[in-house]
Amino acid sequence: MNTDGKRIMLGHGSGGGLMHQLIRDVFFKIFDNPLLNSAGDAAVLPRRANMMAFTTDSFVVDPVFFPGGDIGKLAVCGTINDLVAAGANPFCLSAGFIIEEGFLVKDLETIVRSMATEAKNAGVFVAAGDTKVVERGKCDQLFINTSGIGYLADERTTWQQANPICPGDHIIITGSVGDHGMAVMAARNQPDNTTGFQSDCAPLSILFNELQDKSAGIKYMNDPTRGGLASSLCELTAKKEFGAAINEEAIPVKPNVKGLCDMLGFDPLYVANEGKMLIIAAYDKGHQLVGQLKQHPLGREACRIGTITRENPGMVLMRTKIGGTRIVNMLSGEQLPRIC
Amino acid sequence: MGRFDAYHSKVLCDHLCEQIHRLAKRPLRLMEVCGGHTMAIRKHGIPSLLPDIISLLSGPGCPVCVTSPSFIDQAIYLAGQSNMIICTYGDLLRVKGSNGSLEMARTEGKNVRVIFSALEALEMARREPEKMIIFLGIGFETTAPATAAVIIQAKKHAIRNFFVLSAHKLMAPAMEAIVSNDIPINGYICPGHVSAITGTSIYKKIVEDFRIGCVVSGFEPLDLLQTIFMLVRQAETDRPALDIQYSRVVKPWGNQKAIALMEEAFETVDDWWRGLGILNASGLKPKASYHEFDAAEVFQIPANNISDPEGCICGEILKGLQLPVDCRLFGKSCTPENPEGACMVSSEGSCQTYYHYEHRR
Ligand code: SF4
Repeated sequence: MNTDGKRIMLGHGSGGGLMHQLIRDVFFKIFDNPLLNSAGDAAVLPRRANMMAFTTDSFVVDPVFFPGGDIGKLAVCGTINDLVAAGANPFCLSAGFIIEEGFLVKDLETIVRSMATEAKNAGVFVAAGDTKVVERGKCDQLFINTSGIGYLADERTTWQQANPICPGDHIIITGSVGDHGMAVMAARNQPDNTTGFQSDCAPLSILFNELQDKSAGIKYMNDPTRGGLASSLCELTAKKEFGAAINEEAIPVKPNVKGLCDMLGFDPLYVANEGKMLIIAAYDKGHQLVGQLKQHPLGREACRIGTITRENPGMVLMRTKIGGTRIVNMLSGEQLPRIC
Repeated sequence: MGRFDAYHSKVLCDHLCEQIHRLAKRPLRLMEVCGGHTMAIRKHGIPSLLPDIISLLSGPGCPVCVTSPSFIDQAIYLAGQSNMIICTYGDLLRVKGSNGSLEMARTEGKNVRVIFSALEALEMARREPEKMIIFLGIGFETTAPATAAVIIQAKKHAIRNFFVLSAHKLMAPAMEAIVSNDIPINGYICPGHVSAITGTSIYKKIVEDFRIGCVVSGFEPLDLLQTIFMLVRQAETDRPALDIQYSRVVKPWGNQKAIALMEEAFETVDDWWRGLGILNASGLKPKASYHEFDAAEVFQIPANNISDPEGCICGEILKGLQLPVDCRLFGKSCTPENPEGACMVSSEGSCQTYYHYEHRR
C-alpha cells in the first residue's frame, strides 16, 4: 500500500474492508510471526514447567516520536522490562492500538516497525493485537497498550521467596538515571534542539537473560520508570525490616540531563528511565555482577550506588554530594505528565 | 562537568562547615524567606552538616504559602462566570479556599487553565477575543515585573478582554513584621531572585533598625554554606551587616528595568499574610491608570473572610515559631497528595519540603 500522505480514517477501525486492509498491510506484514499469523481470535501459548509472569501497561507518551525512540519502541520495551524485573524471560506480547482519526499511516508504520524490531531483538513475539480508531480530539494521536507473558527462569515464584534481602546487600543501578524523562521533556520543550538527549529506552531482557538464575546473586529487581530511582527504592524498603543507604556521588547522571533538570526544577532521582534496572545483589556476589553487567552495552555504566542497612528500617537515606544526609521519599505532587 | 559543579565541591563545603562549627558558640536561628532556599537546604542535607545549635527556619517566602484562601475563593467565583477563563501558575491549583481548590473547580468543568508565563495569558486573550481572560498574579518581586509588563502591553495594544487578579506581594514588609513581632531571629538568608530584581536597599531597615544581619544567598550548596558562615560570623561578632553572597547575579541596585515596570503598573496596598495578618503597604495592585485591567475593580467579586483549616498551624510555621512536625495534621490528614493547608501545597512550601526530605515514616 502506498501510504504517502494517507491518514487513518474512522473506517480503519470499523471492522470492515478498510480495517482488514490496515491489519493485513501494516500489522501482519510487519509483525509477521507464526503465533500471530496462525491466530484466530486468540493466540494459543505453549505450557512450560516454570511459573508464568503476566503484566500490562498503556503508553500515551507525548510526543510520539522522541530522541532515542518512539511510542512503539517504548510500549514493547516497557512491558518486556516489567517481565524482566519480575525475574521472567519474556515470551510474547499483545498490542492494542487506539488511534486518533487523521493520524498518518506512514507514522503508524514507522511505529509498528520499531515495535517489531525491538520485539525481534528481545526474541519476543507479538502474538495478538487490536486496533480502534476514535474521532479527532477523542485521543491524542496514538495510544498503545501492551500486555506480556514470560516464564520465570527457575522454580521460584517471587524474588523474596527465592532469596530474602539482608543488610549488607549491594544496591546496583545498570546505568545513568533520568535519560528517558529528560529526552521527552527536551522533545516537548525545544523540539528543534534535542541534540545530546537520548532516551535510554531498551529491552533489558537482552542484558538479563543470562543472569536470571540464582547463581548470579540477584535478589530483587525493579525498573525505575515513572517516579524514577527514588520511587523504586522507596517501594523496595516500604514497611520492610531493612533500610537503604545510597550515595548521591555514585549515582550516574549525564551532564545534559542534570543541566535540564536544574533548569526545569526536577530532581534526576525522580525522573523516569526506560532502559535501566535497580538491582539488589547478595553482598558476596555484587562486585562480580557489576562486572558481568558492564560487559554488555546496556549495562556499561552499571555501578553500585549503596547498601541495604539494618538501621533506619523502611527508609531510604542518601548521603548528598557535599556529605550531608537526607531522607529520600516517594515522589509526591506533580509528576512529569505523559512521559510514557 | 555541569555548570554548577564548582558550587558542589565537597572539599570547599567541608572547609566551610568546619569554620561554621568553630565559630558557632551560642544558639542561632537563621531564617530563609525563599522557597528555592527552603528546598535547596533540605535537598542537599545541609541541616545535617551544621552544629545542633544552629536552626534553619523557613519564613514566608513561598508565594503559594502566603496567598489567602479568600483569593482562591475569588478566583473560583470568576471561573464560574460565563465566558471567563482563569489562567494560573500550576502551583496555585491545589490551594484550598472555603469550598475546594481551583483544581477541583476545573474537574467540575469550570474554566481554569494552567500557564507558565503571564505572557501566555495575554496571548490567549488575543487569540480568544470573545472570552474574558483573567490572570492570577501571585508571587513576590520575582514574578511581579512580568505581570506589570503584560498589563502595560495590554494597555498599549488596547486588549480589552485581559484582566489581572493580583495577589502580588512585597518581600521586605513581611521580613520586617517578623522581627518587629519580637520573634527571635539572628539572621536572614535573603532571597536570591527577589534581590536580583529589588537590589539590597529593601533590607536596610532590618539591618539598621533591628540590627539583624542580612545576606543575599545563591542556591547551590556552597552558596548556602557560605551565607550561613557569614551570618554566624556577623552574629558571633555582633556586627550585623547587609552583604551579598550571590554577587554573580545580584547587584546592590537590582534590575532597574524591572523596578520601572512595577512602578509604572502597580501601587502598594495593605495586604493579608498568613500568620502575620494585614501588613501595611505589603501588596501590589494595578494603579488607577490601569484599573480597566484590574479584575478586582472591574468585576463585582463577593468578599469573604475565611480562615485556614482547623488545626493547621501554617501561620506559626511561617513565622518560625513552630515546625511542620508540630502540626497534628502533618503526615496524617495533611500530605502532599492531599494538602490541607497552604504550606503543604507547593513543592517549595515548608511543610511539603519537610515531608519530602525529613519526614521519617
Ligand atoms: S501540615 Fe498541613 S495543616 Fe499542618 S501546618 Fe502544614 S500545611 Fe497546615
